[in-house]
Amino acid sequence: MPGSANPGFDTLAVHAGAAPDPATGARAVPIHLTTSFVFESSEHAASLFNMERSGHVYSRISNPTNAVLEERVAALEGGSGAIATASGQAALHLAIATVAGAGSHIVASSALYGGSHNLLAYTLPRFGITTTFVRPGDLDGWRAAIRPETRLLFGETLGNPGLDVLDIPAVAQIAHEQHLPLMVDSTFTTPWLLRPFDHGADLLYHSATKFLSGHGTVIGGVLVDSGNFDWDRASAASGHFAELTAPYDGFHGMVFSEESTVGAFLLRARREGLRDFGASMNPMAAWLVLQGLETLPLRMARHVESTRKVVAFLAGHAMVASVAYPELETHADHALAKRLLPRGCGAVFSFDLKGSREHGRAFIEALKIFSHLANVGDCRSLVIHPASTTHFRMDDAALARAGIGPATIRLSIGLEDADDLIDDLKRALKAASALR
Amino acid sequence: MKLAVDAGGALRDAYAYTGGKAFDAGQPCVVLLHGALHDHSSWTLAARWFAHHGHAVLAPDLPGHGRSAGAPLASVEALADWLLALLDAAGVASASFVGHSMGSLVALEAAARAPDRARHLVLVGTAYPMKVSQALLDAARDDAYGAIDNVLMYSHATFAAKPSYPGPGAWLHGSDRALMRRTHDGQRETNLFLNDFQACDRYAGAIDAAARVTCPATLVVGARDQMTFASQAADLARALRAQTVTLPCGHALMSEAPDAVLAALRGAIVGA
Repeated sequence: MPGSANPGFDTLAVHAGAAPDPATGARAVPIHLTTSFVFESSEHAASLFNMERSGHVYSRISNPTNAVLEERVAALEGGSGAIATASGQAALHLAIATVAGAGSHIVASSALYGGSHNLLAYTLPRFGITTTFVRPGDLDGWRAAIRPETRLLFGETLGNPGLDVLDIPAVAQIAHEQHLPLMVDSTFTTPWLLRPFDHGADLLYHSATKFLSGHGTVIGGVLVDSGNFDWDRASAASGHFAELTAPYDGFHGMVFSEESTVGAFLLRARREGLRDFGASMNPMAAWLVLQGLETLPLRMARHVESTRKVVAFLAGHAMVASVAYPELETHADHALAKRLLPRGCGAVFSFDLKGSREHGRAFIEALKIFSHLANVGDCRSLVIHPASTTHFRMDDAALARAGIGPATIRLSIGLEDADDLIDDLKRALKAASALR
Repeated sequence: MKLAVDAGGALRDAYAYTGGKAFDAGQPCVVLLHGALHDHSSWTLAARWFAHHGHAVLAPDLPGHGRSAGAPLASVEALADWLLALLDAAGVASASFVGHSMGSLVALEAAARAPDRARHLVLVGTAYPMKVSQALLDAARDDAYGAIDNVLMYSHATFAAKPSYPGPGAWLHGSDRALMRRTHDGQRETNLFLNDFQACDRYAGAIDAAARVTCPATLVVGARDQMTFASQAADLARALRAQTVTLPCGHALMSEAPDAVLAALRGAIVGA
């Protein structure tokens, strides 16, 4: 091929969306802590509101610092654009609210983050949106769960907490056969490990709180559109998605798929969803996520390298009943992981202690370096007991369907020395074994 | 807006974006023509401005592109005839012809074929000859997506065009890639990449056409354009006796510099 190739991941992680500030020459991304932006004239104001010009009006809708983050994540994912949101949960809600309403239905993986499960299973039904949960690897189940009112298929790239690998190409094919989009939660993998759009997903989001920001300092989310799903074609085939393909009274009768052939989803999400629900990211948070993104390739490589060492240690320990990490041949999705995740399966995984809840408690309380808290994707190593924290609302049957046991421990491996982490775990396992 | 346009003796459905307002042929008409492997959405911001400021707007999808049916047309001359037929179908006697890249050649040729129907001619991101490297054409035969990626790198001058298009948060490389891929994939029988880029490459009539143009002409070029270098538009500017507006952007002028392009269009068409 003549000419130049696409820029590489590391280059985009540093440069995409950002240029020296034209007003000041600042090379780093400025933090635009302002609610609003001055109009040049009444005519300029009117043209911004009528989408005759691109620009910023009010930071709930868009902000220059947030825009850099949005472009950068879209670039890293191979997408067409993005919207930064107040949290990962806000990104999930924004996506659903853009394509679904009362009477709509979603088909989702049963192996989800507890917060996502809560939203789909308990909260959205109050607003008329219901969800059928299927095991992520049950392809026939995905297909069978689709109904005429289904608007979206949804799963996690690596299911929480058992690390079920979503067969994105297969589930995307099922979705597309029914003229439906597939959205994935990419939080655990980040684009450094997996770019879901390359495998057929149409939408994705991140809890930027986790690896994207990487330092446990900020709550945020990013919703990304591939630009590949043809809403008009789907609408013609199924009659769905009038939100994007028919005039919208709430914005001058705009037909979003006419305004932007590949950006209709994000236009509607921003001009309705951010405008009306208002779950936007604050610019300081956007800047903190950007700081993290600039070292994402370096950090993810280290996260994965250390995780492999810790996994190997735990897998050989007498106190450990099992380790759920897809790089292990014992994991049900090992072959799929080799195909979709050649760079690694992330830095969050679970293992089962031999013993009871008491053993689990003793183990956690004996750790010195691992922090006991409800988060993952920090530069610090973290530990939690899902049955009593993130998934405590789920009954035993639901827990079992999600692959969680009473003594399941989830670790998020940070950037400390791997040998120190192993020593910490070794001491804690010894403490737990002393209960016997 | 859907129109039935005469394409070589057969009526074909064609789509034209009208700027978010109903088309009114009684108002001064502005025609906005997209480039190779693109569609009307290249022009939506400017189209909305003109439509909401006293103009009738036609931003068509060229045949075989986007929402316009039929096989793609293989030459600039055929596309110019199609454009004039589109005006007939819309009931438009004359219009300001604006085109980007391949569309600029179509606008020029149409203005030459029907000088009395062109009120203004604005060529955006243009050059003549608009030669395409044989290596790129060869590559596109086997790997159109690879060729698209190659074109994207030459078309965009920056990783951070602000305030982005059509609004903040759009990643221009990615949205352009998605649009070009979808437009290319819309044609199953024809390699649309080859069709469009060969049409540009083969067009040999620009200087002759320029001599037949009677309306005021303006060239809008990107100082950092690596697809159609600004310097390669000089002969055409002289032949058209055109003013040239140079903007600090690459070949993707409407997305990298939407406000500056709008200002240039307003200067050329409205005079303000």
